[in-house]
Amino acid sequence: MSTERLSIVAQSRLLTRGEVSSRELTQACLDRIAALDPALNAFIKVTPEQALAAADQADQRRRAGDGGRLTGVPMAHKDIFCTQGVATTCASRMLENFVSPYDATVVERLKAAGMVCVGKTNMDEFAMGSSNETSYFGAVKNPWDQACSPGGSSGGSAAAVAAGLVPMATGTDTGGSIRQPAALCGITGFKPTYGRISRYGIIAFASSLDQAGVLALTAEDAALIMQEIAGFDERDSTCSQAPVPDYMAGLEASIKGKKIGVPKEYFDEGLEANYGKAVQEALDVYRKLGAEIVEVSLPNLSLAVPTYYVVCPAEASSNLSRYDGVRFGHRASDADDLETLYKRSRTEGFGEEVKRRIMTGTYVLSAGYYDAYYLKAQKVRQLISDDLKNCFKRVDILAGPTTPTTAFRLGEKVDDPVQMYLNDIYTVSVNLAGMPGISIPCGIVDGLPAGLQLVGPHFAEEQVLNFAHAYQQATDWHLKTPAGGR
Amino acid sequence: MTLSAKDIEYIAHLARLEIDQADVPAYADKLGKIIDFIDELASADTGELVPMAHPLQMRQRLRPDDVTETDQRDYYQENAPETAGGLYVVPRVVE
Repeated sequence: MSTERLSIVAQSRLLTRGEVSSRELTQACLDRIAALDPALNAFIKVTPEQALAAADQADQRRRAGDGGRLTGVPMAHKDIFCTQGVATTCASRMLENFVSPYDATVVERLKAAGMVCVGKTNMDEFAMGSSNETSYFGAVKNPWDQACSPGGSSGGSAAAVAAGLVPMATGTDTGGSIRQPAALCGITGFKPTYGRISRYGIIAFASSLDQAGVLALTAEDAALIMQEIAGFDERDSTCSQAPVPDYMAGLEASIKGKKIGVPKEYFDEGLEANYGKAVQEALDVYRKLGAEIVEVSLPNLSLAVPTYYVVCPAEASSNLSRYDGVRFGHRASDADDLETLYKRSRTEGFGEEVKRRIMTGTYVLSAGYYDAYYLKAQKVRQLISDDLKNCFKRVDILAGPTTPTTAFRLGEKVDDPVQMYLNDIYTVSVNLAGMPGISIPCGIVDGLPAGLQLVGPHFAEEQVLNFAHAYQQATDWHLKTPAGGR
Repeated sequence: MTLSAKDIEYIAHLARLEIDQADVPAYADKLGKIIDFIDELASADTGELVPMAHPLQMRQRLRPDDVTETDQRDYYQENAPETAGGLYVVPRVVE
């Protein structure tokens, strides 16, 4: 029986009926990784022995009758999540030899649910990038066209799910790092509200923006995973104590009479024409489902990317000051004094983009520039957040394209950081405001997938998943398979 | 914005990074472009707006000051580049 590209819900059903064992599902993933990943480079590390041992344990749990829906289903973690006893590199030379002494909360919860982790996925170094080209371990290839980028920073997770290597992978989203690669790889990528999932054990990038989430085949699978990983964790002081609703139960709610806001600024000249057409067709599907489409405005959208590229590098420069070659991480071998040790260890350990962001962040926080850049950006951030909140006074949800174009070619933007940053134009405001967003496949443009982004107000995960699920029940774009993933 | 070699060296020093002399022009060019890009913020009318420090208006949560962790120094130090007697070893700081 072929189990590739089967959803978590479908795999879970097979396990429950006893038609397949976790060992068989896990072995199928490992075989597929061995066959396809040398070309895709979606994994930094595959852990077959641990995976098969966990699979056997899951099979035992199921036989003993104490398994849950996720018990025995294989998955992968983005290599930004700390996994005890397994290398956790964040795709950086800095952490090439770092073996995490503990599990991230997300890892711990999915392990407790009996999910089987088959390995750690590739990503942009320290999650800084939108193309996966900044990884110390080399770029990931897009399964739809291997000359193209899978997006980033969770590009390995997106490519692995799109190619059917695993049915689900975790990701993190600081400025679009789940939604953008999900769009470019033709899968579902969900970033919940800031604070909905614990950040404990996720290697810090920009702490007021970072949020964990799910890359999967369907919104239903995302809901199932959310149920396990969302919720309060005392080890993360920014983790929300709001109760977690039943996401699965909320999926089937009718969207009849609901209002969908479409920001007119999302359809300006920056958006590829045929991509825009695919999004308009998706809006027609919602009309047929009984939703009302309303035009709204985000007047400060053009300031979102500049704001993000002040706030995010500022926080990153502070977070990454911990890498000093002393307690863990790369250490330069030839330093005679402490300052030289710091400087050489950091210079050797970090890649170009990471250094550029640390320097940008250092600059905007430095004496004489703090007010003009950092403080100003935090004020504009309020403006952008207020724009979104104002929309939600009139509509239930916002819809638009996830990215301005489909997957771009590897190497195309790597020398122009500003062009690369502009790829995040539709996603960053959502992080600045801390709201939940999802990208779902909504069409194929010249052979490459296009993504529809849905955004809800704070803690409206249930509604965002409901709208995404309703679309996936009415269309089959999420079932399209890349040729390179066969 | 044009950043001089001196600017780049100063920022790199604050960030505790070394930039190879040969790479300074490339850094100056790319950082200059990024700064031009973020300079767009100056045009925004932010009036009396309060800077937004956090996406949710959360209060810092406090916890009881109880001991919850046991000593795992040796285990954690397995990741350290160099230790001696439970301490981290660095180049001599005090002569």
